[in-house]
Amino acid sequence: MFAFRVLDRSGVPAYLQLVDQVRRGLLLGHLQEGDQLPTVRAVASAVVINPNTVAKAYRELEHAGLAVARAGQGTFVTGNIEQVPAATYARLSGRLRQWFADAREAGLAPEQVRAMVDAVMDDERRRETA
Amino acid sequence: MSSDVAVQIDRVGKRYGRHWALRDCTLSLPAGRIIALVGANGAGKTTLLHLAIGLMPPTEGSVSLLGTPLKPGRPQTLSQVGFVAQDHPLYRGFTVAEMLRYCRKTNTRFDQAGAEGRLRDLGIPLNRRTGRLSGGQQAQVALTLALAKQPRLLVLDEPVASLDPLARREFMKTLIAAVAETDVTVLLSSHVVTELERICDHMVLLRGGRVRLAGDIDDLLAGHRVLTGPRVDDAALDGLVTATHGERNSHLLVRQPATAPTHPRWEAHPVNLEELVLAYLEGQD
Repeated sequence: MFAFRVLDRSGVPAYLQLVDQVRRGLLLGHLQEGDQLPTVRAVASAVVINPNTVAKAYRELEHAGLAVARAGQGTFVTGNIEQVPAATYARLSGRLRQWFADAREAGLAPEQVRAMVDAVMDDERRRETA
Repeated sequence: MSSDVAVQIDRVGKRYGRHWALRDCTLSLPAGRIIALVGANGAGKTTLLHLAIGLMPPTEGSVSLLGTPLKPGRPQTLSQVGFVAQDHPLYRGFTVAEMLRYCRKTNTRFDQAGAEGRLRDLGIPLNRRTGRLSGGQQAQVALTLALAKQPRLLVLDEPVASLDPLARREFMKTLIAAVAETDVTVLLSSHVVTELERICDHMVLLRGGRVRLAGDIDDLLAGHRVLTGPRVDDAALDGLVTATHGERNSHLLVRQPATAPTHPRWEAHPVNLEELVLAYLEGQD
């Protein structure tokens, strides 16, 4: 069963942390279409957070089309997300890791790295729409 | 989640001698939630908890508990309330088993099997005198006894203040498991803000005997933000809560939705619960 975690002081509301973890799990293939998510009660007890927060996260997931609740059975993830194929993930993440190592060697701080990634993504998006 | 009200407090005040511990308090505490009561020492937290469950009458105003108006000398609603006072008082000479028997005799409803099961899961020996248990175990026993009443409202006064981080987490784990199983409403007072963020979904903040902030935590966070920009000394901004100034810059914590337009000189940031609580605790009268 999928395991959640919630960080204090991250600045991200707990229910959004849960939603993001499912989204990322689907993108990276840790979660597959049809997988059952743990019950609200189980998540609340395991992570020690308010059950209403877990219920809110599950409603968000349903709203986003990432999960569906089946009465009496539980909540299941749907495949409504473009997954990164395992081979592509392996190939590209390797090159990305190399790039991050280069950036660190060049003395870039994390926020500088993030700014660069954002800038390149913005450039590409602009080129596509042009 | 239910839209019912667990406790309705209308224009309540409590005076001790010439000092008003609580003044002009109007609150609707929603049922089925875990509600945090936050405030500095002496802000009136314990007074409010005691008034909410009729342990003492207000000097003015009225309280309605689980749909029934509280009247002095009519304690019947108390059978639906679990209360754990500060420092988890137990009879220290009693064993855990004797404590259970005592509570079974003095309560109309008492889930003996459930309580024993919970204590067994926690590894707390029933034949140990409560005075010889660790602080964390004493807290767990007090919580277990309160839960065994199968209350509709559970009131906890500073339940984790005296516990180490691990015991704190274990206590909250027991509490969350119980809440997830039933739809008990929990009202707890605390200073430990990080814990509240995980556990509570509704908050009431007291300062100087008055309610300064009350609402669902998500709504409160969405309804405030920090504006950062060039220094302003005369910020006459709508909804300003606190301002902190550097030599050339200022941070203003304001009550306004994230969608409100900002002047281009100001950068808007979301606020976290700790910032929000501290800002209101520091606020000026």
